[in-house]
Amino acid sequence: MTKKNLKLIYNNSLVGPCIFFALLFCIPLVGSTYTLAIFTMIGFYALVCIGLTMLTGYAGQISLGHAAFYGIGAYTSAYMTGTHGLSPWLAIIVGALISALVALLIGIPTFKLKGYYLALATLGFGIIVYTAFKELTQITGGSNGFFGIPSISLFGFEFVTDRSYFYLIWVFVFVALFIARNIIHSRIGRGLRSIEGSEIAADAVGVNLMKYKLQIFITSAIFTSISGSLLAHYVSFINPDLFTANTSIYLLIMVIIGGLSNIWGAIIGSATYVLLGELLKHYVPLILPNVGGEFEIVFFGLLLVLTLIYMPNGLVPQFEKVFSKFKKKGNATHMALTINTQATGGKTND
Amino acid sequence: MTNKELILSVENLTKIFGGVVAVDNVSFTINKGEIFAVIGPNGAGKTTLFNMITGVLPSSSGNVYFQGKRLTRKKPYQIAQAGVTRTFQNLEVFDNMTVIENVMTGAHITMKTNILTAGLRLPAVVNEEVQTMERALRCLKDVGIAEFAYEMSDKLPYGNQRLLEIARAAISKPQLILLDEPMAGLNAEESRQLVDVILKMRADGMTFLFVEHDMETVMSISDRLVVLDNGVKIGEGTPEEIYQNPQVLAAYLGDDEEEGVEYA
Repeated sequence: MTKKNLKLIYNNSLVGPCIFFALLFCIPLVGSTYTLAIFTMIGFYALVCIGLTMLTGYAGQISLGHAAFYGIGAYTSAYMTGTHGLSPWLAIIVGALISALVALLIGIPTFKLKGYYLALATLGFGIIVYTAFKELTQITGGSNGFFGIPSISLFGFEFVTDRSYFYLIWVFVFVALFIARNIIHSRIGRGLRSIEGSEIAADAVGVNLMKYKLQIFITSAIFTSISGSLLAHYVSFINPDLFTANTSIYLLIMVIIGGLSNIWGAIIGSATYVLLGELLKHYVPLILPNVGGEFEIVFFGLLLVLTLIYMPNGLVPQFEKVFSKFKKKGNATHMALTINTQATGGKTND
Repeated sequence: MTNKELILSVENLTKIFGGVVAVDNVSFTINKGEIFAVIGPNGAGKTTLFNMITGVLPSSSGNVYFQGKRLTRKKPYQIAQAGVTRTFQNLEVFDNMTVIENVMTGAHITMKTNILTAGLRLPAVVNEEVQTMERALRCLKDVGIAEFAYEMSDKLPYGNQRLLEIARAAISKPQLILLDEPMAGLNAEESRQLVDVILKMRADGMTFLFVEHDMETVMSISDRLVVLDNGVKIGEGTPEEIYQNPQVLAAYLGDDEEEGVEYA
């Protein structure tokens, strides 16, 4: 048996991701500044959602507190670079370490809870952290926000333009996507998915549930924190309202709409959220001139309900249907993969 | 068994729920290579006993020793790591995975990949994956469901899902496999297939402890068994000895005319 046989179980092909990122990296050549800003924003959310998909989709643990890690990353970077003038890269690492530590401390008591209780506990945690951002005015600037976060640079190149930042964030997404996929297509991924499949059976085959839940919670916290740090350097001004419980809920909506059973759902979900959000901002005032910003939560709430009813596996399976048509024209290996995909229905492992 | 090597010893195991004594001071030992059964009427405490041995329920008192190591108060995953795996009466296959992935998950404790090496997909990780896949396919062949390897596990018929659970329990090469009512819900053909698999694995040196309702199977495949009634052990021995045990006949087999006929 060789490496090739693994393809019968896991679609490890690099072709799809490479085509996707090659096309994506062409956008700055043709797109306007506005387009680039939109796609950069998708990148921030995608990075968070990749971690969240592993936690929620693969390990089956719901977190309504991920905005906290987003904020911890952002504020650590803001404080270390803005107040103390330290290196942004160092700040990203420190932010990730703090987030990991917080995730560990929060995870130990909360993962003794299940389902709704876990969701509520993480929601509470998110609100506590949000309050801390607001009240620790010495460090965070409180409700007024934190101004003047310096830009990030690498080997003397400063990421100030939208175009350069677009590449920066999407390189991070690219790397995160591969790390996530590698984790999922391994012993660790099966351990995580076994928790979602059946906790009692996972326990019985020797999966240390607590350890695995903590590991993936910490991993997702690190991804989220890094995204938050990068966001801070991009927008140069942050305030606590970026990191409310609403943000956590939106993040969860993104991964559900994208599709929990597939890591690509993270990208599809964040793109759907950002693009629809922009459309709403343009068109809703034309139709209903008097509504405020609240229509967004109503709209996405409704979309979430509809997704759960009509597409419980999210948008990913719809995309897969389209791509499998292309694949059918391929060679025998591709045929085998397609058959495999059909047999596995909506839940493939890519 | 000519060469008796003690593998599991249950010592004075007791479980009290509130005021009810579900399992009362039960002791027995299992030797390597045996097929050992626990039988008893409904409510006899079989499942409670099983759950205490597998670490799902804490015992009120008493101990379980496996190859000299104490299993009492260990968590299920630690018991698996010690070399005791199990199947479930009400099937607990990982329905979010393919059949082969289910079996590969069973190999969890025999693998070394951690989250860092997995994330970087080091060559050692790929090697381990290939080897595990190979072992999983062999296990699926052993239980006779290799043709379904790449299908989603919840698409399998009930009987095959039970075989899948056995393959998943066996891939880590445990010393002892616990089967919780393995015949429950199977038709005659599926039962026969399962018995064949169990006997074949025993011939390869595996030890089994099973809790079962189906008397025909118990009497035909077990080497020794204990009989529980109201949480108390009322008999122990080979199937022949159990048939001749007056206490068992009185309390259990003779209790109900209809059942007695069926069991005979």
